[in-house]
Amino acid sequence: MNLVRLSLRMLRRDWRAGELRVLGFALVIAVGGMTTVGFFADRVQAALSRQGNQLLGADLIIHSDHPLAPGFREEALRRGLAVSTAARFPSMAVKDENSQLTEIKAVTEGYPLRGDLRVSGEFGQVQGLRPDRVAGAIPPSGSAWVDEKLMAQMALRQGDSIELGATRFTVDALITEEPDHSIGFINLRPRVLINAADLPATGLIQQGSRVGYRLLVAGEDGAVENFRAWAQPRLALGERIEGIRDARPEIKSALERAEKFLSLAALASVVLAAAAAALAVRRFTQRHLDGCAVMRCLGASQAAILGLYLLHFSVLGLVASGTGCLLGFFSQEVLALWLAEMVETELPAPGIWPGVHGLLTGMVLLIGFALPPLINLRSVPALRVLRRDIGTSNSHSLAGYALGLAALTLLFVWKADDVRLGISVMGGFVAAVGVFGMLGLLLIRGLARMRSQTGGALRYGLASIRRRAAASVVQAVALGLGLMALLALTLIRDDLLQNWRSSLPPDAPDHFLVNIQQDQLEPLAAFFDQHGLERPPIFPMVRGRLTAINGNPIVTEDYADIQARRQIEREFNLSWAQEMQDDNQIVEGHWWNGSDAGRAVMSMEEGIARRVGVGLGDTLTYDIAGSSLSATITSLRKVNWDTFRVNFFVLTPPGVLEAYPATYITSFYMPPAHMDVANKLAKAFPNLLVIDVATIIAQVHKMIGQVTRAIEFVFLFTLMAGLAVLYAAIASTQDERIHEAAIFRTLGARRGQLARAWAAEFAVLGGLAGLFAAAGASALGYVISEYALNLPYTPNPWIGLIGVFAGMAGVMLAGLMGTRSVLSTPPLVVLRRL
Amino acid sequence: MVDDPTGKPVVQTFALTKCVSTGDDQLTILEDINLKVNSGDSVAVVGASGSGKSTLLGLLAGLDVPTTGKVQLGGEDIFLLDEDARAALRGRILGFVFQSFQLLPALTALENVMLPLELMGAQDAQTAARELLQRVGLGMRLTHYPRQLSGGEQQRIAIARAFVTQPQLLLADEPTGNLDSATGAQIIELMFELNRELGTTLILVTHDEALSARCASRIRLAAGRVVD
Repeated sequence: MNLVRLSLRMLRRDWRAGELRVLGFALVIAVGGMTTVGFFADRVQAALSRQGNQLLGADLIIHSDHPLAPGFREEALRRGLAVSTAARFPSMAVKDENSQLTEIKAVTEGYPLRGDLRVSGEFGQVQGLRPDRVAGAIPPSGSAWVDEKLMAQMALRQGDSIELGATRFTVDALITEEPDHSIGFINLRPRVLINAADLPATGLIQQGSRVGYRLLVAGEDGAVENFRAWAQPRLALGERIEGIRDARPEIKSALERAEKFLSLAALASVVLAAAAAALAVRRFTQRHLDGCAVMRCLGASQAAILGLYLLHFSVLGLVASGTGCLLGFFSQEVLALWLAEMVETELPAPGIWPGVHGLLTGMVLLIGFALPPLINLRSVPALRVLRRDIGTSNSHSLAGYALGLAALTLLFVWKADDVRLGISVMGGFVAAVGVFGMLGLLLIRGLARMRSQTGGALRYGLASIRRRAAASVVQAVALGLGLMALLALTLIRDDLLQNWRSSLPPDAPDHFLVNIQQDQLEPLAAFFDQHGLERPPIFPMVRGRLTAINGNPIVTEDYADIQARRQIEREFNLSWAQEMQDDNQIVEGHWWNGSDAGRAVMSMEEGIARRVGVGLGDTLTYDIAGSSLSATITSLRKVNWDTFRVNFFVLTPPGVLEAYPATYITSFYMPPAHMDVANKLAKAFPNLLVIDVATIIAQVHKMIGQVTRAIEFVFLFTLMAGLAVLYAAIASTQDERIHEAAIFRTLGARRGQLARAWAAEFAVLGGLAGLFAAAGASALGYVISEYALNLPYTPNPWIGLIGVFAGMAGVMLAGLMGTRSVLSTPPLVVLRRL
Repeated sequence: MVDDPTGKPVVQTFALTKCVSTGDDQLTILEDINLKVNSGDSVAVVGASGSGKSTLLGLLAGLDVPTTGKVQLGGEDIFLLDEDARAALRGRILGFVFQSFQLLPALTALENVMLPLELMGAQDAQTAARELLQRVGLGMRLTHYPRQLSGGEQQRIAIARAFVTQPQLLLADEPTGNLDSATGAQIIELMFELNRELGTTLILVTHDEALSARCASRIRLAAGRVVD
């Protein structure tokens, strides 16, 4: 009881004396970063699961890329289930001179089977929530219901008419809430809802049109499950079942990836905070050696001393972690504010688990990195009260830090939810620290040898680095970690953004024309001439479904990766070309030459090849309009998709695909002055899909901007943790420096001489740290670029130089500022204190 | 050597020897020390620097372990006990005063004096500590931190801390070494007053002639041996 009071008193006093501020700050930052991401992810997950069943608009959906055999519908009805159908496809909506790419959904009676379709009669701007009601029915024939996006883009009012293909529809309601529309990161197109009975008259569905057909089914749980069991084995290629349990996997995986990335950014701050905490606790214990020796002298047992400090640090840990949780709670509100638009739904309040996880993180950090030096403190020899030179061995602490590293690795694996990623990131950190440490030791030895060739301040500086070789290496590595965070946040980030922007020139194609029929090639070319536009290159496109690899039929269930499965179930776009485009690059095999025309060979994009699990020499069989084609892969290509030019996953030489039915596709740049041409195109060729990627590019820009801001925000925590490490590293030799200064000054050294010697020492340390930081930041940039952003990484050639000079200047400045008070204290005062 | 057959020894050593190895050589710091200090005695340990005074004090308190020989403290052979048991024994029967005061900077004057009582789990540590601080003349400085006090004041707190447990034996290592002579004289006065009031046995290591003259007996060390 008395010990508890004593411990709290010491904590209060140590805090007031500033002994624990770095440690407390590091913990607050680490926990704050973790909980910010945790709380935010929790809210998004809760939003997704709450909407789970409404998302589908049914209990079960059979998706298909062709009209579904009527047998499914009949069987569902026979089993007493409610059914409805929907067909979705992209098309242009035209009002006067204005046209927009929209997502059209044609539905039959009963839609939606689950959740509510809500509509409003209030068009235009409204204050607050738009008054709306449950629709209770589908649009009557001849009506189109639009969403707010389209209303805004086309300035629609109730009763306006819009053209969809060959039919004119009356806009008579605004959709305010709609189940089964994707709540995803990317939901770019405005939506139009029409009655399925009106669909044939529009003439929009033609050969090659990309239509997603859905059969919606709902009913008793058991009946739905039985129907699922009946339907599953009867599915043909291109058909799949989606139930509540596998709802929206693409959103889930997109969000999970975003969460993973943010988590890793937060974890980076945890690692830095761990380094700061380790340094701070080390200094704390060194300053408390005397106190512990006195207490041993006064009769305290080892257990009592350990208990005293454990309690001391546990209370500190809980308070700091709690503060971190609060900080996390408030800063996730900022994230939610920025990113809510992307999630397109009201976010529910966060749960308490992320807070509990945050507290746990803080305590793990503290125990892992504070316990080893504390255990040492316990065994301070009491004789130290008589002989101050008797310290304490740090043999336990090395093994102890291994415990801390293991705890951190577990944390990484848990948060990244990926054993390999967690271990490799952590391994990278440990390896970097190890390599930096070894290198630092060698460099310091080397520099110390040069000492005799230098003079004055530099010689004393080098001598003092050499004398504290181990501490200097720790200092340089810690400074390096802190500087690395700073470099990564400034240089690397700018480089990455610059890289991304420069990959898209201003006159890049911003319009795609899809679904061009063979007989439209001539009129289209004439249309371009007539409007004074350059004829763009037009590419043939044949749709085929992958049916076999090396003669073995494809079993989609063999693919664990959902994206791979989707890819395989969908039809591939195949094309042919003699020459390779300059935004393509062969990574394996050889491009064909003229004599290869007509040979059954193909070139595949490397990403899709990896996903499908094929490589050079594999023979793939496609089903194209009922007949099959086999061709062997002779090259793999890397494609730069960011150019927004037409590109294909699969290409063959000329003379292979010409016999099959093809549509054509092109992309072109439309100068702003010709904007009305898009509308004229849509009128002249109603089946053509004019895709205005200018708006898509703008939207992608905006989305990337939002994600970037979120990541930068989380990186703020990393930055602060980096600063904490810098501070802790400089403070770690402070006490020794105070002592040293007193002796030097007693011996007659002037302040300027001491300041110069220290400046030299800090400059050397900072230079070393800058070198490490540049190497580490480049590695980090490479990893982020290659694995997170999928951009080729061009290292900044100046980063080494900038790192070294910034390190020298920064550490020298910070170090001298930190030691200023030491220099201005009279030496006797210092010596008295010892 | 102090030997009074009628008194009961508080501390007694038997052939106490301490050697340390410096590389290949064995360095003998203390050799064959036999001494006995009775209750209520005051003993000054004197000698040149490096004669082994502080080592002897460390061994008497069980802060260090001898190479051979033994120390009995309150009748117990302290080197048969483990380090924690020795610490507990120190807490019960020893008080310390050091040259460099060794107050905990994190604690106030009052808290520093309460510390040994709290470590023993004693009730009402505060009253006892308050009384003793009054006694050493620092009743007005209870809530001051060591840093805010002069050297003489700090040493008086250290003396209060040493006496607060009413120890049988007080060990002092150059208690006036960091003080000017006037302050040192006050400190010496205070220690001997308390020694009388509480009947505490005193063992002092000192260079201070005035201090050693006040003690009932003297042990002079030279090169690790008792010379008179």
